[in-house]
Amino acid sequence: MAFGAFGATATAAPVEPAIRRRSRVALVLLLPGVLYLAVFFLAPLLSLVITSFQAPVEFGDIGQYQTAFRWENYTSVIATYAPHLLRSFAYAATATVAALLFGFPLAYFIGVTLRRFPLLQALALTLVIAPFFISFLLRTLAWKQLLSDESWFVSALHGLQLLPPGEHVTGTAFSVIFGLAYNFIPFMTLPIYTSLEKLDLRYVEAGGDLYATPASTFFRVTVPLAAPGIVSGALLTFIPAAGDYINASRDFLGGTDTAMIGNVIEANFLVLQNYPVAAALSLVLMVAILVPVSVYVLRSGTDDLL
Amino acid sequence: MNAFSRWFGRYALWIYSTLAFVFLLVPIAYTIVFSFNDSRRSNIVWRGFTLDNWTQVCNSQGVCEAFANSLVVGVVATVLATALGTMIAIALVRFRFPFRNSTTLLLFLPMATPEVVLGAGLAAEFLTAGVQKGVVTVILAHTMFCISFVVVTVRARVASLDPALEEAGRDLYASPGQVFARITFPLLLPGIVAAALLSFALSFDDFIITNFNSGSFVTFPKYVYTAAARGIPAEANVIASAVFVIAIVFVVSTQLSSAARRKRAAKNQ
Repeated sequence: MAFGAFGATATAAPVEPAIRRRSRVALVLLLPGVLYLAVFFLAPLLSLVITSFQAPVEFGDIGQYQTAFRWENYTSVIATYAPHLLRSFAYAATATVAALLFGFPLAYFIGVTLRRFPLLQALALTLVIAPFFISFLLRTLAWKQLLSDESWFVSALHGLQLLPPGEHVTGTAFSVIFGLAYNFIPFMTLPIYTSLEKLDLRYVEAGGDLYATPASTFFRVTVPLAAPGIVSGALLTFIPAAGDYINASRDFLGGTDTAMIGNVIEANFLVLQNYPVAAALSLVLMVAILVPVSVYVLRSGTDDLL
Repeated sequence: MNAFSRWFGRYALWIYSTLAFVFLLVPIAYTIVFSFNDSRRSNIVWRGFTLDNWTQVCNSQGVCEAFANSLVVGVVATVLATALGTMIAIALVRFRFPFRNSTTLLLFLPMATPEVVLGAGLAAEFLTAGVQKGVVTVILAHTMFCISFVVVTVRARVASLDPALEEAGRDLYASPGQVFARITFPLLLPGIVAAALLSFALSFDDFIITNFNSGSFVTFPKYVYTAAARGIPAEANVIASAVFVIAIVFVVSTQLSSAARRKRAAKNQ
């Protein structure tokens, strides 16, 4: 279920597949793709592990490392970059909640209110995914200009004295979280829409018939029924947001003290050539994300993953 | 339900959603409007309307090369990922085999791993193996992250395919190859096309993984990232706007034609 939300192109009722046991055919079908992922997904993870323990070559140039078993790489990386890690998770979590609050009513509108208007529903879905069709970097830069000091929005904030003189919107934690939330709203809205589209309104009516207030019907009927979509949407928003370094970059919506873990990994790998630090941080980030994801996987089973 | 909640259900959600759509479209409108800006060096302040950016897109240094590079990478990675992913999707639905759960997990993990980790991992591997970064490493990387999305998309289509149709083909003495070419493949085609489009879109807009594995090879997103520090030329807006318009026209026309087909099917019944 989880990531299937994007592939769900009006599927008919699944037909019970004729399971065949000719495993040679299965092997031929699977082998190329699985080998590909082994070489270009699993092996890279392994080389991250090896790199993360490396030690600098004595009297070597910048970027020269040799195989070693330096556990200290991890302890020093965590000690140094704990603020960045925490900041990444705090930003990503806040952006996820913001995207949920923004996306849920929208998903409800498209999935439930627009049911009677199929053409309008299709148009609304197109509008939700429209941001995907314009470059991710350019739409983030567009927000940078729209939130810059010269923009009418910020002038209005200054004029109304909602923003003290000399204060900016861009370059702050607010603008980074805003950018993350904006960029991942479609990822949140679509899976919730997929859940709500199938919502049987008679359950909601039953809540009212049983003297539940609209609020308690909403939280005790609608939200639990939309839960699979909310969980998928939260994962699809949180995971890329936690590793993102575009929004927090200083050329985009970030500032001097908004660097997220992705920025640190990028700088260490591509600029400072400090590969062991970048590798260790990547693995720490991956483990930190995989823990909540595996809790979810264990609860739902591997078959529903795709 | 009381009067207020009825009113809320009827109008407030419409108002909210309209505003929400406007909000979602604001940066898109901004990007398109500024593709017509008569800008000189930096495209930040509005200086007047011009079509020059559109008629002379390739004037700005490197924009068109970067765009062409992105197209090449997108096409090759899409073909590779769609082929590999479609095969896996068929195997996952139609066969029971050992390590089936591990295979599913292997396909799920790339989607659950942050892009920085995927990018840094591949870069570390290429570094260890002494592989020169360039167009090939970018294609290899893009193919990798597209495969899982292809599997997800095509799998849904395979699952809805009635095996009786293929059995009928075999009953009529079609060879396995003929069954695939004449029955299975045409029926899967809409799913495969959707998967290919998704792959292309993912590849075309990818920056993070590309940045780690491209060396001096410049794709369109990488061009924008590098230019962001000194100011984006309006020509970049032109290319992004053109891509946006083509994609939207494509999506809307597919939706309209499938709506028309459904209507006709309903009439015939």
